[in-house]
Formats: sequence, C-alpha cells, structure tokens
Amino acid sequence: MKKLDGLRHESRCNRLATTLCACPNVTPDATEQRSKTAFRPAEGFCVAKEAAGTRVEGADGEAGLRRGGTAMAGGNDFQWCFSQVKGAIDEDVAEADIISTVEFNYSGELLATGDKGGRVVIFQREQESKNRPHSRGEYNVYSTFQSHEPEFDYLKSLEIEEKINKIRWLPQQNAAHFLLSTNDKTIKLWKISERDKRAEGYNLKDEDGRLRDPFRITSLRVPVLMPMDLMVEASPRRIFANAHTYHINSISVNSDHETYLSADDLRINLWHLEITDRSFNIVDIKPANMEELTEVITAAECHPHQCNVFVYSSSKGTIRLCDMRAAALCDRHTKFFEEPEDPSSRSFFSEIISSISDVKFSHSGRYMMTRDYLSVKVWDLNMENRPVETYQVHEYLRSKLCSLYENDCIFDKFECCWNGSDGAIMTGSYNNFFRMFDRNSRRDITLEASRESSKPRAMLKPRKVCAGGKRKKDEISVDSLDFNKKILHTAWHPKENVIAVAATNNLYIFQDKIN
Amino acid sequence: MAGADGDDSLYPIAVLIDELRNEDVQLRLNSIKKLSTIALALGVERTRTELLPFLTDTIYDEDEVLLALAEQLGNFTMLVGGPEYVHCLLPPLESLATVEETVVRDKAVESLRKISHEHSPVDLEVHFEPLVKRLASGDWFTSRTSACGLFSVCYPRVSSTVKAEIRQHFRTLCSDDTPMVRRAAASKLGEFAKVLELEYVKSDIIPLFTALASDEQDSVRLLAVEACVSIATLLPQEDLEALVMPTLRQSAEDKSWRVRYMVADKFSELQKAVGPEITKSDLVPAFQNLLKDCEAEVRAAAANKVKEFCENLPEDSRETIIMSHILPCVKARIFHLELVSDTNQHVKSALASVIMGLSTILGKDNTIEHLLPLFLAQLKDECPEVRLNIISNLDCVNEVIGIRQLSQSLLPAIVELAEDAKWRVRLAIIEYMPLLAGQLGVEFFDEKLNSLCMAWLVDHVYAIREAATCNLMKLVEKFGAEWAQNTIVPKVLGMANDPNYLHRMTTLFCINALSEACGQDITTKQMLPVVLKMSNDQVANVRFNVAKSLQKIGPVLDSNALQTEVKPVLEKLATDQDMDVKYFAQEAISVLALA
Repeated sequence: MKKLDGLRHESRCNRLATTLCACPNVTPDATEQRSKTAFRPAEGFCVAKEAAGTRVEGADGEAGLRRGGTAMAGGNDFQWCFSQVKGAIDEDVAEADIISTVEFNYSGELLATGDKGGRVVIFQREQESKNRPHSRGEYNVYSTFQSHEPEFDYLKSLEIEEKINKIRWLPQQNAAHFLLSTNDKTIKLWKISERDKRAEGYNLKDEDGRLRDPFRITSLRVPVLMPMDLMVEASPRRIFANAHTYHINSISVNSDHETYLSADDLRINLWHLEITDRSFNIVDIKPANMEELTEVITAAECHPHQCNVFVYSSSKGTIRLCDMRAAALCDRHTKFFEEPEDPSSRSFFSEIISSISDVKFSHSGRYMMTRDYLSVKVWDLNMENRPVETYQVHEYLRSKLCSLYENDCIFDKFECCWNGSDGAIMTGSYNNFFRMFDRNSRRDITLEASRESSKPRAMLKPRKVCAGGKRKKDEISVDSLDFNKKILHTAWHPKENVIAVAATNNLYIFQDKIN
Repeated sequence: MAGADGDDSLYPIAVLIDELRNEDVQLRLNSIKKLSTIALALGVERTRTELLPFLTDTIYDEDEVLLALAEQLGNFTMLVGGPEYVHCLLPPLESLATVEETVVRDKAVESLRKISHEHSPVDLEVHFEPLVKRLASGDWFTSRTSACGLFSVCYPRVSSTVKAEIRQHFRTLCSDDTPMVRRAAASKLGEFAKVLELEYVKSDIIPLFTALASDEQDSVRLLAVEACVSIATLLPQEDLEALVMPTLRQSAEDKSWRVRYMVADKFSELQKAVGPEITKSDLVPAFQNLLKDCEAEVRAAAANKVKEFCENLPEDSRETIIMSHILPCVKARIFHLELVSDTNQHVKSALASVIMGLSTILGKDNTIEHLLPLFLAQLKDECPEVRLNIISNLDCVNEVIGIRQLSQSLLPAIVELAEDAKWRVRLAIIEYMPLLAGQLGVEFFDEKLNSLCMAWLVDHVYAIREAATCNLMKLVEKFGAEWAQNTIVPKVLGMANDPNYLHRMTTLFCINALSEACGQDITTKQMLPVVLKMSNDQVANVRFNVAKSLQKIGPVLDSNALQTEVKPVLEKLATDQDMDVKYFAQEAISVLALA
C-alpha cells in the first residue's frame, strides 16, 4: 500500500497511476486495507436494520411500501419482488467468489456471471410450468466452467489475475450459445452447447467394457446414437491473447456479428471473431512520454446497430464517438461529449469523481448512458455539449469524499444498465443498495439486495438515506452505510422486468410483482 | 489361427470404427480420414443405413474432425452406391452446413456443390433443392449463409417454376436481418448472376446489387464491389452505364474507407469488366481520386494498381491518359505537392514498387523526362523500404534507358542502404547486388561497390556475413574466376589473419562458397595453404570449420594435394583435444575417403 500511496500523491490523476503501474495486486491490497480500516457498522446501523425489520411486519410499513415502493420501468407502475438469491450465505466471503460481472444474453433466457476466481456460471431460465405457478421463470445453474486461470508473465514479471472483467454474449447463431470472457489480458470465446445423444456399441469391447478377442470379431458394428441425459458442455473455441499491454476494461461485440473491440487503459483493438493471431489497433492514446499521461480509457462500447460507430469514455469524464468509416485509425474522434464543469462545485476530488466508470448505448442506439462516481448521465448522440438527463445516485456521499478517498472507495467502478425499452436505468451504490430511475416520470427509487428480504416473492421496500439533519424513522444515516457492501454490477433482462444484482458473492434476482 | 483369417481381416476396420469415438482427437481424425475404408468394408447398403445416420449426428466434434468429415463426404458418391443414391449424403452435409465454424460450413457447402452435379435432374428437384430451401429458411443464420452458396449450382438444372422459387429465396436472403447472411448473399451475388438468364440478371440481380451496395453496413457494401465485376462482364456494354455505373461511382466515393479500399483493390478487374470507353470516361477520374484519397490504406491500394491500370488502358489513348492524368497524381504523391503531403510510407513504398513498371509503357523519352526525376527523388527518400523497392525494380528501367542514367543517384542510395542501421535492410540490398553488378558492369562495380561487398563480410550480424559470402559467389559466377583472383580472393584470404575469430571464420565460409566458382587452380594454389595454416588456430570453432572447409573443397582439389596436404592435417585434427574438432575431422576423412 505504501507504493500505492506514493503514486497517488505524485500524480494528479492518481487513479491513472495506480491502474498503469501495472501492479495486479492493487485491488486485493486495497480490499484488504479497506476491511481493516474502513469503519464498521456503528449502533446506528443496527438500529436502522431493526427499524427495517419492524416495518416489514408492521401494518403501516405495508402502506408505506405501497406509496413509495412502486417501482417503475418505462412508466409502468409495478413492484419489485424478490425471486432468487445465488451464492453462499456465510459471512466469510472467499475472495474468489466475489462476482465481477453479470450479463443477460440477447433473449434473456441465459444469465452469465463471472467471478474473481476466473469462473463463469451460466443460469438458464426455467420454462414456466403449470404445476408450479409461482416459480415463474426461475434461473437455475446451466453450466459452470473455469474460464481463466491465474498466470504469470515471466517476461514482465507480472502476475495476471484470473478475475473475469467482462462477459459479452454473441448473438445466437445456431443451437449453441457463445460468449466472450476476458480477464486483464486474454479474451476467450466459449461455446456452450447441449448434447443429448450418446454413441453406443464398440467392436473391440462388450457393453460392460470387457475387451473382445480380436480374432473372434466376425462382423462389424457401427455405433448407434442413443438418447441420454442432457449434458451441457462449455468448450473454449478461440483465445485472443497478447494484444493488450494494459488491463482490459471492456469488450463489446459489433453489430456486424463478425468483429468485436477490446479496450485497455490506453488502447482499443478491433478483432475478427474468427482470427486470433491478429487484431487492429484503432485507438491509441499512449503519449510518447508516459510522464505526459493525463487520461486513460475507462470503457468502450460498439453502437448496437451501426457497425462503424463506437464510443469510449475517459477518466476525465468525457466520451468520444468514433466512426470507423472515416479512417483506419480512429485517433481522431467524430464526436466529443463533455459537460462543462461547474466551477462552484470544483474540489480536489472533482477530477476523480468525474471519471466515467461505464458507458452503455441504449437499445435504440439513440442515447448513451455514462456512470461517474456520483451520478448517471444520459446523452443524446446528437447533442455533445451536455447530457439530456442527469440522475444523482448517491449525492449524500459528496460530503464524504475525503474518507471515501482514504479507503479507496472513490475508485470503485460502478456499472449501469438500461431496461429493455430504454425507459428506465439502474445502477449500484453502497450498503447493498441499488438505484433505479424512470426516465419518463423522473421518479427514482433505492432498493436493497439483502438476505433479510429474501423470502419468496417478498416485495422490496424502498430505502432512504438521510443526508444530514434529523433522521426520520425509516431513514438510514449516511454514517451507518456499509461501504464494503457495494453493488457494482447489475443487469436487466432485455425484454422483461427481471434484474440481476451482484452483491459481493451473492447474485440476487428480482422480478416485477405478478398478481 | 488359420480358421480365423477371414475374421482377422476385419480387425483393422473394427479398430477404425471404434476410433471414430476415441477420446483422442488425433485418432478420431485419422479414423475420419479413412472413412472410405470403413465404408468400403461395410458395403454400400450398411454405409447408407448405419454409417451415414451415425455421422449425421456427430456434429459435436472438434472443428478439425468435422472439417475432415465434410471433405470426405464430398467424395463418397461411389461408396453409397453411385449417383442413384447420392442423396443419402445430404443429411450429414446439411447438419455440417449449420455448424458455427465457418471453415467447416464452407467445406460442407463445397462438398454439397460437388455432389449436386452427381444428382440426376429429378433427384436434384426431389432431394437437393428442398435442402437448399430448408437451409435458406433456417432459424439460425449459419444455415442461411450456407444456402447462399448452393443456389448457383442447382439453378441451371431445375424447371422454371423451381427457378422462380430459387430466385425468390435469394432475394429474401439479400434482405435478411443479420448482416452475416447479407454478406454471404453479397459475396455470392456475382456467381449467382452468372447462371441466371440475362433478363433476370436485369430484373432481379440489378436491384439486389443496388440494394446491397447501399446497405447500412459497410461490411456488406464492400462485398458488392466484387459482385460488380462479375455483373459488369455479363451485361452488354450499352446497359452498363444505366445499370452498373451509378452504383460503382457511388462505391468509389463511399463514406467508408473500407468500401473505397475494395474499389481500389479490385480496380484492374473493374477496368476489364467495364471496357475501354467507360474506363476513359469514369474510371480514370475515379482512380485519380483514389490516389488522392484521405485514407492512407486506400491510397496505398490504389498506388499498387498504378502499373496494372496503365497497362490495361486502351492503347490509342494510353500515353495521353498516363501523362496528363495519372502521372501528375503520382508526382504529387512523391514530391509532396499536395497540401497534405504523403508522409505515409506504405503509400510511398507501394508507388515505388510499381512506377518503375511504367517506363516500359511510356518508352525511352518519356521515361527520361518524366519518370527519371521520380526515381531519383525516391532513391533519396528517408524510408529505406521506398529506396529498396526502386532498386529491386531496376531491371524494368534498365531495359528502356539503361541503368547508367541512374548510376549517379543510385550509388549514394545503395551506399546508404548498405550502411542502414537495420540489418534486414542491409540484407535486402545485398540480395540485389548481383543484379546491380550485372547491370552496372564490372568496371563500375570495382570502382564503387566492391568495397561495400567486402565490408559486409565483417558485419556484426551473422545473417549479413552469410549473405555477403553468398553474394561473393554469385559475383564470381557473373564476372569469372580471373576477376575473383584479382579482386576478391586476396582480400578474403587477408582476413585469415584477423584478430577476431569470427572474421577468420568468414574467410573459411568464403572459401567454401568460392572454391567451386574459382576452380581447381586458384583453390589449390591460393586457398588451400590458408586453410591448412588455420588448422593451428587457437580457437576450436575455427579449427573444426577448417575440417568442414576441407571436406567442402576436397572434391575441387586434385588427389595429390589431398593425399599430401589435406590428409595429414585432417589426421592431426582428428586427434585434437576438442570433441567437435575431432568429430568434424573424422567426418571429413571418411567423406573424402582418406582413411
């Protein structure tokens, strides 16, 4: 940690330095330190929890829920209720079990998660059945496989973590499913396929495996395929390696279905899905002299419909849109999205908190959403000078930035996602809270992913954080928020109101309430 | 044993069949590659009823196994009972045509196309055509892309009603939702157009071509350029202007550089397809624009086509077009006359590699007046690749104006390349030395280049020293033994006393290379003494190379020298304390039969 601190003070854009010092141990170290020094829940926290507990049973709690708990998605009022939780209940969380990415496939029938242990778990939605009406479309484990293993780069004397940074599904092309998974350096293409037939009948041995006398073979047997229990296989189809010097933060499949891009801190490469030994570098922001480095690429994504357009966000809070038709190298952007800084709110932390941690195009392709530390912004691709919508995620943390800087939380990379109709957006916060914003009604809600409310079809109660002043009965004080419980990764079913929320090592699935 | 003979012969086949499911991919692959052996043993009946159904469902396997299977099935007609039963091969190939791996799918399509010719016209309509339809309307795009490649093989042989259906299917695929399918359709458009009746080319293909050429995805549009070539060759000249040219013009000015690149890349084909008149009126300006394109990739692709384009221009106006349209663009690229000067080295080196070819087209006077300044400018280019490309194409110019015209500029360029910091550049120029020497003549060579050739012998990179040795041999072949004796041999032999053992070894390597070209006299009288003397070298590497050299030059020497001079030295080396020296000395003794 000494080293990290030193770097932080040296450089103004401190996170750049820590990401670029290419020290793979930064994250675990930081976590370790956090758990030691970060504040533990004080009494206030327990009280809040108790209060929450009482409200569930209390009659007025029910009423309150009706009032404020009506969640929204594209204007339709409904309530979110608990569906499932995956993962161990233990208080002791193994580092390897921490979920590092969540992603629905194009149909929403499959849900993939990746974790710090390099594993990918795929859940499949169960067909609705008449005899279990309430188990409406639950997600069950479909396949689990080890996608990445820890490695050591001997040339650079660098450990390469197995942590899955991103998973991206490919549009379905035949009965099998394909996904890309990446750690810091290597992207892999996986095929997940089903097999329900098995060949039977050998010439040289009997059914029970005993060898036959080769001289007594009087006729030839051709194996016959017999039905068997469904088996799901995950096989690595391609490995796209050795193209990134820095840590890969994004992968995105292009709408032409044959290429995808991968971005690290300083470069973006374009790959053909069938070619592993060659990729094209389309963006390179590495200055000739690394001392002059002022910004890094934090995320990148291809446009959902226009195969020639992609965007990338930077640690300076700006987004560049590039058109691959214009030139083979996209060093010059076509559009540059930046909101002028408000001089009144300028502080030591301005630069850090304006860094964009995620960028996502809307399904329509008209808008894009960016997440910075305190807010989510929606941009119209046709307007570069300011976002069309800005939503505060946890504005109450603005006064806490100093301690969030001390415990490194300020560098957390929150992701964000759209619902299927682009009418609502979701992103995570601390204390296992996650936020949803309805773009039409401008209403917002804070929900919590917790074991307490994980009863089947239990409705989620809205949470409120008290920003200061007198705390009301159902509010939680800012000081009692648990900053170790953070929701960084969430995913929204592409067609329905089903969301998957990763809370440390648990995956929560919530659905809209059916009556 | 005797009684089991008949059964025993089944054993290898039984192993092969069992290995179709072995866990080891390599064994499965071997087995699939011997599928014909299995089928032969099973007979046509069992192949059809047992083996093929089994293979139809083995699409879970590794790509390489599936690829081998797809290939095998294309040659399986006789093994299933001849053309009468060839349709039995369709089910396994159909399932292979839907796998996600492109190479496997392509191979399955290739095999399907192959066996389609073995179908009788009736079978084609009863079995093959329904398969094409199934693929074309499949749920997944993999099957639809495969269908695109099958239309053209069945179209010519089916009834007119089925033909209409096929055209309809193709139309549907051209406007498919997934770009993958549209790309497959676009890439097969030209091929499909070739089998269609001319009226349908005009009524069906042209609208599809226009639509694909203005597809929203540039990855589709660029494939339409290729189709343009085939379509243009099919249409009568008078229809080209109305049906093809608007689209082609649009492609040449497409917003996406990838499409323009494709136009540049296919320019010679396009030029041939549209004929001389349209070339003059349309392609010349288009080509000028491509040479000036804002994207370097496009300029480089166009630059590569300069020579071919000029060669294929109609003869009556060739010189005028080159002089007034093409050459100014080329000059602008080289002399940085444009506002944005071309600093892209790919473009420059592409130009350098083709403009020499223009000299044969333009003749002596134009070459001297117009091209020579370009060559000279490029010989001074800062990029070594550009200079190399000029030098490597010198022979074209030599035929027209003689290399002497260039020699004054050539020399500094060569000297600079010869001393380039990158050894690969030095290596490249060495390779052109024999050619240059032949064109410049012995006098010029002795005066200017000889010292360079000798300097390379002491280069610090082994590959250069090696190439330099080889170069000397080629020079001697060109200029003769007498020249060698006077100029090269003394210098080479002088290096035998060099303090650096690597240089001493170079002497040996040179002797190895030169002995044959120099002949017995020089070898025996001048080289051999030096080699023998070096057998006392203190470095073992030198000593065992002496042994190797003696082995090499032995056949050139007369038997007297071998017995009296070589033999004692080798015998002494064979008792050397160094193991390697001993080994090579013994080897030389046995090869030269001196034992």
